[in-house]
Amino acid sequence: MKKIPVHRVDLIFEKITCKEIFEKVMEAKPDEIIQSVIDSGLKGRGGAGFPTGLKWQFAAREKNDEKYIVCNADEGEPGTFKDREILDMVPEKVFCGMAIASRAIGAKIGYIYLRGEYKFLVPKLEERLKDFHGLMKKMGHPFTIHLRLGSGAYICGEESALFESIEGRRGEPRNKPPYPTKEGLFNKPTCINNVETLVYTVMIQKYGAMHFKEMGTKDSRGSKVFSVSGDTPKAGIFELELGMSVKEFVEEFGDGDTKAVQVGGAAGFCVPRKRFDETIIGFEGVPTGGSMKLFNSSRSMYNVLHNYLDFFAEESCGQCTPCRVGCQQLLKGIEAVKKGEKSIKYLDELVKLAATMKIAAKCGLGQSVGNAFSSIVDNFKEEIIY
Amino acid sequence: MMITADSIQDMVERHGRTRDALLPILQEIVSEKNYLSDEDMVEVARALDISAAAVFGTATFYSFLDSRPKGKYVIRVCKTISCSMKGKNSVLSTIEETLKIKIGETTADRKFSLLETNCIGWCHKAPAILINDEPYTDLTPKKVTEVLREYIKNR
Repeated sequence: MKKIPVHRVDLIFEKITCKEIFEKVMEAKPDEIIQSVIDSGLKGRGGAGFPTGLKWQFAAREKNDEKYIVCNADEGEPGTFKDREILDMVPEKVFCGMAIASRAIGAKIGYIYLRGEYKFLVPKLEERLKDFHGLMKKMGHPFTIHLRLGSGAYICGEESALFESIEGRRGEPRNKPPYPTKEGLFNKPTCINNVETLVYTVMIQKYGAMHFKEMGTKDSRGSKVFSVSGDTPKAGIFELELGMSVKEFVEEFGDGDTKAVQVGGAAGFCVPRKRFDETIIGFEGVPTGGSMKLFNSSRSMYNVLHNYLDFFAEESCGQCTPCRVGCQQLLKGIEAVKKGEKSIKYLDELVKLAATMKIAAKCGLGQSVGNAFSSIVDNFKEEIIY
Repeated sequence: MMITADSIQDMVERHGRTRDALLPILQEIVSEKNYLSDEDMVEVARALDISAAAVFGTATFYSFLDSRPKGKYVIRVCKTISCSMKGKNSVLSTIEETLKIKIGETTADRKFSLLETNCIGWCHKAPAILINDEPYTDLTPKKVTEVLREYIKNR
């Protein structure tokens, strides 16, 4: 396995002239744009990691006059804050990525769904959108972006819940299939990408697919923006080449006493110290939407798990039973074990429940609760019990 | 500001008369007066020609669309892991002591409401709070007291 030490990259926040890139894009055929994104190996940066070029290709192949580009800026995963920074620092690059996608799949309308917690960004974004729409007009590319706000619901980061929310409904995820590229927003073919993913598509047009592909590993090409927090002297936002091990990450960002790293937020995995060396941060190891939270030996992993379960119990949309009831039972369950009301064996029952949620829950929220639950309980059982 | 049938009609004119205008309209009412009354929701339903139950069902799904009266300034204290690790409790108790209210309560002068919320995306500058739309980060009991003092004094 190829291992990469912590290597900083500067693509996402690099100041560029979007006009030049878009001129280049306008000269290329939609197929060529899509092929360059496929060739780059870029996978979605929101966490799920679907190949971006393929998503664009699926949407492009749909025959429909009405298609949509949606930018998912509902960044709600605990420990993730990079999309806020990207939208604050380089909003025109996000718009440019949406315009490139619109050219690739043949869409005229785009939406940015920004979480309500980031409403303070709206005046700036609206001002920059005016300039962007002026540029689109000048370039003769009919593409308009609407800005929509969330209202404090984590689940709306799930793509189909996000569509429901834009359509003016409760943010309850839909059944899949059909997938968004076939029936997405307003039941039309829709290409939905994370903020960071869209900016990478811009940089792929600027520097070429190979420049991106050369970085990272076979399964995790390129670089990624990490949101680093917790017990670290270097909390903040860092763009790093993919493929480093947790050990290398901790050597760079740890406080010398790191006992665990939660990779991917509350919906992600807990990596204990004994696994730092063997665990790669990326799609071949532990995937992440960017959230990297470090815990040192002063932290109780019971408190960490309790906090995550409390989060999920509140944020579950309540639509499907495995998630609605499961989140609450996991929370009550660890409380009961801690208080000694339930035996230690009860934890095994809870792990089984989390596994059931993984297969029975309707959407990614309920399916992911077991990631944090099982990885924390497996590795820190004594802290959960005593 | 008072929300009247006329002002709701005006919002409908601007946002459109289709279902997808519902959230922007509700959000605009909440940004005006920090909550949605039953009357507001009935009026929005009438203006968009959908059932009041649909409006109520949608509004109550979203934690930022409060259907109970709130103060002029809604303080949301992040309680998710990073903030919780970095001193959220002492910030919260400082706010409680300064304003003499507990979580879920509103001050008698209707100026402040205090709530807890989930991750607001400032984990690297924890603990963090939102006062209406404005984030305040890297808080300490001293710093949050100063922030509150400004709100009490100036606005």
